[in-house]
Amino acid sequence: MSEPRYKCIGTRPIRPDGVDKVTGRASFGADLSLPGMLHGRVLRSPHAHARIRSIEVEPALAVEGVKAVITAADLPDLASQAAQGAETQTDFRDLSRNVLARDKVLYHGHAVAAVAATSRTAAERALAAIRVDYEVLPAVLDLDSALAPGAPILHEDLRTRGLAGGGAPTNLAARIEIGRGDVEKGFAEADVVVEREFTTRMVHQGYIEPHAVVARTAEDGHSVVWCCTQGPFVVRAYCARILGMDLSRIRVIPSEIGGGFGGKTTVYLEPLAILLSRRTGRPVKMVMTREEVFRATGPTSGTRIRVKIGATAKGKLTAAAATLVYEAGAFKGSPVTAAAMTMFAPYRLEQVRIEGFDVVLNKPKVGAYRAPGSAMAAFAAESALDEVALRLGMDPIDFRLANAAREGTEAPYGPKFRRIGFVETLEAAKRHPHYSAPLGPGQGRGVACGFWFNVGLQSSAAVNLNEDGTAVVVSGSPDLSGTRISLAMMAAEELGIPIERVRAVVADTETIGYSDLSAGSRVTFATGMAVVEAARDVVRQLSERAAAIWRVDPREVRWEEGRALPPQGAAGGPEPLGIEELARDAARTGGPIVGRASLTARAPGPGFATHICDVSVDRETGRVSVVRYTAFQDVGRAIHPGYVEGQIQGGAAQGIGWALNEEYLWDSSGAVENPGFLDYRMPIASDLPMIDAQLIEVPSPTHPYGVRGVGETPNVPPLAAVANAVRAATGHRFTDLPLSPPRVLEALDSEG
Amino acid sequence: MAKTRVRGTVNGEPVELLCEPQATLLEVLRDELGLTGTKEGCATGECGACSVILDGRLVCSCLVLGVELEGRSVQTIEGIAAAERLHPLQQKFLEHEAVQCGICTPGLIVAAKALLDRNPHPSEEEVRLGLAGNLCRCTGYDKVVRAVLAAAADLREQA
Repeated sequence: MSEPRYKCIGTRPIRPDGVDKVTGRASFGADLSLPGMLHGRVLRSPHAHARIRSIEVEPALAVEGVKAVITAADLPDLASQAAQGAETQTDFRDLSRNVLARDKVLYHGHAVAAVAATSRTAAERALAAIRVDYEVLPAVLDLDSALAPGAPILHEDLRTRGLAGGGAPTNLAARIEIGRGDVEKGFAEADVVVEREFTTRMVHQGYIEPHAVVARTAEDGHSVVWCCTQGPFVVRAYCARILGMDLSRIRVIPSEIGGGFGGKTTVYLEPLAILLSRRTGRPVKMVMTREEVFRATGPTSGTRIRVKIGATAKGKLTAAAATLVYEAGAFKGSPVTAAAMTMFAPYRLEQVRIEGFDVVLNKPKVGAYRAPGSAMAAFAAESALDEVALRLGMDPIDFRLANAAREGTEAPYGPKFRRIGFVETLEAAKRHPHYSAPLGPGQGRGVACGFWFNVGLQSSAAVNLNEDGTAVVVSGSPDLSGTRISLAMMAAEELGIPIERVRAVVADTETIGYSDLSAGSRVTFATGMAVVEAARDVVRQLSERAAAIWRVDPREVRWEEGRALPPQGAAGGPEPLGIEELARDAARTGGPIVGRASLTARAPGPGFATHICDVSVDRETGRVSVVRYTAFQDVGRAIHPGYVEGQIQGGAAQGIGWALNEEYLWDSSGAVENPGFLDYRMPIASDLPMIDAQLIEVPSPTHPYGVRGVGETPNVPPLAAVANAVRAATGHRFTDLPLSPPRVLEALDSEG
Repeated sequence: MAKTRVRGTVNGEPVELLCEPQATLLEVLRDELGLTGTKEGCATGECGACSVILDGRLVCSCLVLGVELEGRSVQTIEGIAAAERLHPLQQKFLEHEAVQCGICTPGLIVAAKALLDRNPHPSEEEVRLGLAGNLCRCTGYDKVVRAVLAAAADLREQA
């Protein structure tokens, strides 16, 4: 098949929202203020686990400037029901109890009450005046104590899903199992078996913009909500359910969003702001502090993973087994299922069994984080694979190539892969000069791979043709990473006009049809598909207009390079009609031209990546520095290569931070000891080298241009890529993240 | 609490305002002057999103009191571009795709400007150190560093 020729796809135009973002004009969550606006603040639990005996709000209402105080008593007490559209498992009852605690507080920082006042200072004073009588309960802060017999129980009504019998309250929310074949038989056939246990700590997405919202409720009960979110329709749905409102009474207008990485796919402040604005009749603004973001939003799970892998002397995998234990936080729903499904997905395995456990404990409820659950599972799997390759004396890329999933391989979670590019990423890595470059003293090189499903889901888009033949692309997908330009480029390609003549905007819940979250690496794939269909709808209408003018059958009209071409005929036939003329004359030929599409995108092409990491280890201080990093990823088709590279570079950097430094630290009472960027140490510019993003294009058969999601996969391999490099540099296999200097030093010193 | 009268210069324009004694320069810029291009990521001087140039020196505006604007001059992201023309740093951030979500971008551009003002020939390492006070979670810094190096070259050519 010859490569399709594109005019716009694959080029690097400047994004339409770019100028506003480099000049400070772009309006983010906290940037909106309205006349008469009140400031809302949240009272948070000072205990990790306690029963709320009573809350006395009257003293707060007496504070000058305070207009309203709300608690869980002001919300309907919801029955348990799974929420749709979420990236991680969410239950409306839990969600309601997370935004305002009812009966019990379940983590340090759990919201207990909210106030609205004429100034932030008055709101702070009101918080101090609220009297909460707590009966402090013993807290469970790690997986072992949560699962120990006689452990303090978070939810008296929680029973283990997926386990027969029982009936006693438990902190084990679910047990899941996937796999096929007979792993014992597989291990018996192995010449080498590696079994190891790995642990990772709770980490945060670390978006730089704290959660922020402004809500305004009119006298008729209609609320308008401005907020930074990955999903305005999901915010609308969740707020409506938590507050018992119809969807038509809430309009959610997404602001620009300052990072999310999965962390802005649910609600925290939004329902409180709506309720406070309803109570006061005034707009209410709420902005989290950085400390609140760390203490009370949705980081990802700490984990304990046991993995066992067997292979023959020739390097063929014979079996893989794993037990995954994931922290869910205060409410059920860790990403353990996705972890189990992705863990061995890059490999051909006849015998595979993975068991997963979802455990509640007194920490914030976890949220989605870039390929939820997968990075930690890949850390375990890819470290163990590295160990197997080492024992076999095989090159780690050759070993993976010998077992790599291809088109037709049955994934451990069931379906057969269609066309995928995993092998291509491995081959590209092997060929790349990085892989054969000499290493300096104290340096080591590691390789690791990663997989993410990518998701499709629902998207709506419109393409409005302007009277001068320029166009506007309207979608309901907030832009976190440059998706406006990718969507505009696909429309430009279809319409056959220059990208400068297409603009893309993000609409709100009352101006575009339903669209799922900007998450799951789905926007350029699924919303892109809707944009392509909407643009084709415009082309169809333009062709019909031209056909009517020419009095020919529309099927005989061809659309090429922004022009309708008349049927092939004798000389002297009509001249082609350009998009400008057709747009200008639209009023006389049938009215405005708007293309629309709403769809559920199915069968997204999965993403595979191979990363090579070089580290340098300082044996005096234990500091690990990444000195070179190259990431190879099958991106299907890069619409705008610059923003695809950016996703890969950013994902790799987040994974490097996770591997080397990031972790929540807890004191014995369950308080977060490092709720700020100084002590929650994310990578800074001087920590990192350039990150070479190599785009491998194996088009996905399920998208008109072959697009695969790219955003999440790059966060999967780095944990093991770094750890494998550190092993190569030091000879020590680190199984407990992060590889922070004290931990590295201790391990190296203990080996002498 | 009694407010203090403060007179200073913001992006070349004289300003006069009444400032609460505990208000930070960041709050004054955003809430009093409506200059919301300067962002708050932490309010504790750890993320650099609120970077501004105060009398020629790069500072986190969340760590400066509003009253300290008295008699001094501050440049914010809104004052970087000339009318109808982007500063080379802004142009190169666009050309090098150095913006993803954009929340840290104003701070990065202001910090990069402060760096290039004092060092027109920075090495990659000097750029990385010059931006070490500015967290960006989206880009991994690769394209940001390239944009700053390209802008530096551009500015040297113009000089």
